[in-house]
Amino acid sequence: MTELEAGRAQVLVPVRSGAALQRYRDVLIALIAFAVLASLPFFTGSKALLDFVIRCSAYGLFATSLNLLVGYTGLTSFGHGMFFGLGAYSFGLIMQKLGVPVPVAFVATLAITAVIAAIIGAICVRLKDIYFAFVTLAFQMLIHSTILSWASFTGGDQGLRGGIPRPAFLGINLANHVHLYIASCALLILGLLAMRQIAQSPFGYTLRMIRDNAARASFLGIDVWRAKLTVFVLAALFAAMGGMVMALFVSGAYPEFAYWTISGEGIFINMLGGVSTFLGPMVGTVLLLLLNDTVTRFTEYHGIVLGVVILFFALGLRKGLLDFVAEWFSHRDAGEGR
Amino acid sequence: MLEIRNLAKSFGGVKATNDVSLEFPDGSLTAVIGPNGAGKSTFFNLITGALKPDSGQILLDGVDLAGRAPPEIVRHGIGRAFQVASIFKSLTVQETMLAAVSADQRTSAVLHKRFPLPETRDRAEHVMELLGLAGKRNRTAATLSHGDQKLLDIALALVLEPKVLLLDEPTAGMGPEERWRMIDKVRELWETQKITVVFIEHDMDIVFKIAPKIVVLCYGHILATGSPDEIRNNSAVIDAYLGTEHAGAAA
Repeated sequence: MTELEAGRAQVLVPVRSGAALQRYRDVLIALIAFAVLASLPFFTGSKALLDFVIRCSAYGLFATSLNLLVGYTGLTSFGHGMFFGLGAYSFGLIMQKLGVPVPVAFVATLAITAVIAAIIGAICVRLKDIYFAFVTLAFQMLIHSTILSWASFTGGDQGLRGGIPRPAFLGINLANHVHLYIASCALLILGLLAMRQIAQSPFGYTLRMIRDNAARASFLGIDVWRAKLTVFVLAALFAAMGGMVMALFVSGAYPEFAYWTISGEGIFINMLGGVSTFLGPMVGTVLLLLLNDTVTRFTEYHGIVLGVVILFFALGLRKGLLDFVAEWFSHRDAGEGR
Repeated sequence: MLEIRNLAKSFGGVKATNDVSLEFPDGSLTAVIGPNGAGKSTFFNLITGALKPDSGQILLDGVDLAGRAPPEIVRHGIGRAFQVASIFKSLTVQETMLAAVSADQRTSAVLHKRFPLPETRDRAEHVMELLGLAGKRNRTAATLSHGDQKLLDIALALVLEPKVLLLDEPTAGMGPEERWRMIDKVRELWETQKITVVFIEHDMDIVFKIAPKIVVLCYGHILATGSPDEIRNNSAVIDAYLGTEHAGAAA
């Protein structure tokens, strides 16, 4: 081995083992997180707490999937909530009308979402910045209007009535609250793990390149449109998973799930938690739901309070909570390196 | 070989590239010069697919690339660096190199893998060493000096192992010392990598020192082509561009 090769090998070993270690570390963290969450029912009888975690699972999946677009690709979608609603409605309707097992409905919902997201995405990802944002919003309003006006199929403004049948499968009975809770946690952890893998894959770095400089990326042989469309569809799938968790939780689907305010909440969650770290949206989800639950207990003007918090983060801090933590760590590491 | 045949591009009534035909043999080093507005950058934009030509052919080893999209042209072997360094500001130098090498892989083939791919390391490392960026591997691109950002831009083009490397004013915005360091690097790349290099440059001292062949563009058409001595003594070039400062310097 020449001196140069030896030097190279020395420098490169951490790159290779670092990538492998990172994967094992992520899986380990996911397993620990699932073990902690799944053991919660054995330590507390609080149904409210379990409900809170289920809601966090639904919104956490949705918000983190939005961050694949916003934080990793630089695509700010104002209409991502349409896939949350689409997931809830597709799953609910398949279960109600076809009476298939839950896993079949789950897979069928993902397939439907993928097809619709591919069609909408093929149109939207050609657009830039504010045009992309508003055309996605327009599609969301189209889906919301369809849900409202096609009352014979979707239940219109009353939503899917009569509850969603949840037949037991593989010993899992989703009609049982604890089973539903553990299944929601499992979906959350698996979803986060999959999204983490996407973000840390070579494709995830292609997305970062597109975010930073899409024109330059195309001069590196990257088909920017195809990459954007791929992440648009992938993000839609995870948003639909969140919608399915919500549909199972409330045993129904309502037009509000597909309304623009869901997309707005997703954006707000990302602003609250931060988009520069993978777990930022998850932290934002917990904060927003806590804030919602707490504030509504004390005042009917909770909208005003939330508005002030949004302004504080948007205009005052200009960063999310985990962005500050990440920045503090990077400053500390830079200080130690000096 | 890169062969340009009757390339033309107009913007409204302005003929930015007017029936340009040129040949760049394998392993050649060519400078493209000309006054502002001569159509030099447009010429590069046409070759790399940033602009679609109105007519003409761009043949790389016999394959016509005219009008194709930039990613396809890159995959055929034409790399490009820009006048203003075009980089990925939030990525480190090493991440930039590694990501660029794996950028052309199919999504389905890499989605389950972790970044960086082991097979990309050697090439990325080699190019970082070549351009003197290895010591700055952990610096984010945004924090690099102007000169290093330009080197990173060239490294991005080079890491894809192009057959033809187009450099749009590689020394733009640099001080005299940095400028010569950069041009020495370009010459070294050309000599060691055995690739075809075409560069646009305004500094005539640099052009006459390193380019064996010079193309002079003026108002979209070729005013002259030839060796440094031939260009220095070409009266049309002296009138249109060089003036008397560089004229006949070899004589």
